[in-house]
Amino acid sequence: MGHVVIVGAGQAGVQAAEALRSGGFTGEITLLGDEAHCPYHRPPLSKAWLAGEMDAAQLVMRAPELLAKKGIGLRTGVRVARIDRPSQTLLLADGSRLPYTGLVLATGATPRRLPIPGAHAAGVLALRTRDDASAIAEHFKQCAETQLPVVVIGGGFIGLEVAATARKKGLAVTVLEAAPRLLGRVLAPLLCDWYAQLHRSHGVALQLDARIEAIDVNAQGHACAVRLAGGARVPAGLVVMGVGVNANDELARTAGLACERGIVVDACGRTGDPRIVAAGDCTARRLPDGTLLRLESVQNATEQGKSAAAALLGQERPFTATPWFWSDQFDKKLQMAGLSAGADAWTLRGPLDGPSFSVYHYRSGKLIAVDSVNAPMDHVLARKLLDGGVSPAPEQAADPGFKLGGLLTSP
Amino acid sequence: MTHITYIEPSGNTVTVDVTEGWSLMQAAIAKGIDGIVGECGGSCACATCHCYVDEARLADLPPPSEGERGMLGNVSAERRPNSRLACQIKAGPALEGLVVTLPQTQE
Repeated sequence: MGHVVIVGAGQAGVQAAEALRSGGFTGEITLLGDEAHCPYHRPPLSKAWLAGEMDAAQLVMRAPELLAKKGIGLRTGVRVARIDRPSQTLLLADGSRLPYTGLVLATGATPRRLPIPGAHAAGVLALRTRDDASAIAEHFKQCAETQLPVVVIGGGFIGLEVAATARKKGLAVTVLEAAPRLLGRVLAPLLCDWYAQLHRSHGVALQLDARIEAIDVNAQGHACAVRLAGGARVPAGLVVMGVGVNANDELARTAGLACERGIVVDACGRTGDPRIVAAGDCTARRLPDGTLLRLESVQNATEQGKSAAAALLGQERPFTATPWFWSDQFDKKLQMAGLSAGADAWTLRGPLDGPSFSVYHYRSGKLIAVDSVNAPMDHVLARKLLDGGVSPAPEQAADPGFKLGGLLTSP
Repeated sequence: MTHITYIEPSGNTVTVDVTEGWSLMQAAIAKGIDGIVGECGGSCACATCHCYVDEARLADLPPPSEGERGMLGNVSAERRPNSRLACQIKAGPALEGLVVTLPQTQE
């Protein structure tokens, strides 16, 4: 028995709650969310939700009745002020106390803001929550009326998905990226260039190597332009900042748990306190070689949520599967398997100007990651190859006629 | 409204009035149907909303897209000719009375 409290009602928190139940935990489970909404899916926020193609009920991740049926007590609009580890109690922002026998931290992450003048002005938004996305959608309507452009700062996945949705709504869009390439830290250079071309061909004004100095505000205090080094001004009806996130690790840090740009956990989601585990975007996982890995993805949240729940039940369930991610922009679905950092060679399967293709990342001759565009079969196979440690030769990967799946069944 | 009947892994049968345009995954989640996960929120990226569509009605559904066919390669339970992803099936008059069976496992 006992009482497990889960801080955070997103993907990781919900998974942890359900995994506790399916793992046989019969005590009390309390799921605390700081937003007003019941658990919802975040991936559509930058796409169908932002485009106004979904209603709130369609976004729901778990119906409240289902959580209740599983004996999971959901409390929304609740903020936790502090963890008192010696007394195993949470202090809530409303002054009340909540004792726990097990604690799951699934506190997520918060979008960064560039440290420049105007970064917090009205009309400068970031996308994390449903309310964030709704606010951006409202501004889209204003931009449509005023004919003012949307300026996206940051050419990462969130920024580019917002840009694609804005173009779909017929808005003028400028993307400003400080680096010489879009998505330069995650994709192979040839794919970065392909994405730049994709956005330009859909009418996005793309500026790479952009040196952003300030966001100018009008007399009403609303963002009206982004100012670049050298004095150039990019007019804006809305500025969306997509410059990454910071892990929400303050609760853990002030409670004395190890944090390094995220709550440090092992492969099972354990912190240094045997009664406290953590999962999802708020974590930094310690790898066997001692380095820390931060992943921000649905799969990571789901798997760590399950691992963390198992750890509280005294079970060993490390998350070691191949990481996977996806991004939808215009009519292109990018699906990524594995981690491509440190790749030293790339092989292309299928032509870049064709309807679908995949990029195979190699490090020291071994396959480490595969990025597929509109090629889900390549992606599914890539996960299996990487999970199994199977590394096709680059010339095999490059040959669309060669059946990579055959390598899985070979003795 | 379209009546869709879900057969849960336990064999329990639930009939749901699904709003036109909603996916069968969304409707199942909203009603708390067992045996469906929908981890990716309907993005056709995770294959955890696998279902078996009544074979006699397969022709009433638009065929699976390339993307759906690809992700069907990653379903956890046995893939059958009538395997589909519930997030890619939108309710509408053509689907009235459809029965879908949910597999024993999604993950």
